[in-house]
Amino acid sequence: MKRNAIIEKIAHAVVLICALLAIFAVCGITLYMIIKGTPALKEVGVFDLIFGNVWKPTASEPMYGISYIILSSLMGTGLAILIGVPISVMTAVFLSEMAGKKIGNIVGGAVELLAAIPSVIYGLIGMMVLNPLMFHLEKMIYENDSSHQYTGGANMLSAVIVLAIMIMPTVISVTTSSLKAVSNDLRAASLALGATKEQTIFKTVIPAAKSGILTGVVLGIGRALGEAMAINMVAGGAVNLPLPFNSVRTLTTQIVSEMGYAGGLHRQVLFTVGLVLYAFIMIINFLLLKVRKAGAENGSK
Amino acid sequence: MVLSKRRIKDGIVRGLIYLCAAFSVTLLVGIIVYVLAKGISSVNWEFLTTVSSAIKGTVGIAGNIVNTLMIVLITMLIATPIGVGSAIYLNEYAKPGKIVTLIEYATETLSGIPSIIFGLFGMMFFGEKLGFGYSIMTGSLTLIVMVLPLITRNTQEALKTVPDSYRNGAIGLGSGKWYMIRKIIIPSAMPGIITGAILAIGRIVGESAALLFTAGSGKLLPRGLMGLMDKPFQSGGTLTIQMYLSATSEGEFDTAFGIAVVLLVIVLAINLGTKALTKHFDVRGKE
Repeated sequence: MKRNAIIEKIAHAVVLICALLAIFAVCGITLYMIIKGTPALKEVGVFDLIFGNVWKPTASEPMYGISYIILSSLMGTGLAILIGVPISVMTAVFLSEMAGKKIGNIVGGAVELLAAIPSVIYGLIGMMVLNPLMFHLEKMIYENDSSHQYTGGANMLSAVIVLAIMIMPTVISVTTSSLKAVSNDLRAASLALGATKEQTIFKTVIPAAKSGILTGVVLGIGRALGEAMAINMVAGGAVNLPLPFNSVRTLTTQIVSEMGYAGGLHRQVLFTVGLVLYAFIMIINFLLLKVRKAGAENGSK
Repeated sequence: MVLSKRRIKDGIVRGLIYLCAAFSVTLLVGIIVYVLAKGISSVNWEFLTTVSSAIKGTVGIAGNIVNTLMIVLITMLIATPIGVGSAIYLNEYAKPGKIVTLIEYATETLSGIPSIIFGLFGMMFFGEKLGFGYSIMTGSLTLIVMVLPLITRNTQEALKTVPDSYRNGAIGLGSGKWYMIRKIIIPSAMPGIITGAILAIGRIVGESAALLFTAGSGKLLPRGLMGLMDKPFQSGGTLTIQMYLSATSEGEFDTAFGIAVVLLVIVLAINLGTKALTKHFDVRGKE
């Protein structure tokens, strides 16, 4: 009997430690990002680093301005959301409101598989298909503009398209489940009042699923902001203003492409870039918490 | 007149919805067909069983396959017990309160952190602080932190579906709590645990950003048993990393597409397999 009591105690302690590891991990990561990311802020100066727009880490008088990098990340994410979310919501509407079982399984299955495809494959296809297309467009648009620096198609627009596609599975699956959770009484009431099926969807069902859809959008923002490898392969390799046909670097691609060889202060600045990204992600996590809470409160009313 | 205008508008909306739904399917089919068309000719026995060597004139990814398997194995061996343990604590032991909220919030936060951040942390902590350098071990330790939320959450979902009558029955018959968990709860939740584990494997196979600065890019095959024992402490690039390098710095697009075919096959098999498994368990559960 006594031996059993000891086993029970040990088991309890072990599973508790397992559970606490998640907290340790989050604290550890946060601590490391701050410890490693702040020295460069002091060295270069907060203002020069965050608001400077010249990135010349290897020049004899190095400049470490990351404002264009931050802007590119925000712009890329924003545009990807603008393109990806409407398509995703429409697809979710199809899955939840219109599709029969068979077709629904096919489309739903396709969406799931899209989520499982590794990001390097999206990057590879972007390089081989999207970039040549963009180069073609670029040559047409800038034919008479001698000041334009040709990028060979590796530009902001390619990155936005790849990101838009990559966030779709997340947004679609969250939106679909929140649409499905809308009570059928609402649909029936709307239809009985003479609304068409389409009116019912857009005037009744979508507004009722608002907080769930918002959750999907916020998750999509996090995914787009954090994506690294795929856009590193299609966005080009120069720090520029995020204009459609400019080669750009984002927070993530800056780390991926330079961490391998950076040393000294350059390396420390890259850690600061990581810290900035981490800060954005934490803000998004906080928003997610708020959105979910708001959704839960609405639901209980 | 008003009615027909409404009809046209509804028709357009309906058309747009169909178009968007068709887009996902077209995209998936397009990706698969394109990758197969470009890469299938690179995949042959030599490609899968040798290592790229300029001297022997071979192009192969055997080393990367071994590295990938090794990282999957080490990561899952450590992450699965921890993730399952964590879920057991949350579902079976913990009473609702601050600690549970905190753990669940931490798990949530962890699953929202992008893989490049895990990569940075892994490089700094496991690689530099603990001294594992660029190695399969550093990569695996990093990925453990990354897949933990996935395993915890799937196990938790599975534990929630185990009816309380099982627990009451076991306790009523005089079983201890841990004995009940081991003999009744875990076996009943096994399908969910396995599904979570397979999904985690899929995530590891497709991962790249978290491994670039942790596991490195070594591609040699280990020599003999001693080599195999040493391998975890040496640099080892997975399939994804080799594909990234082939497509960028090395400019070997045939190799890149060849690896893409292999990756695609693995990932699709894992997902379809999980689906079949879930269906199988569902059917059995209803009997």
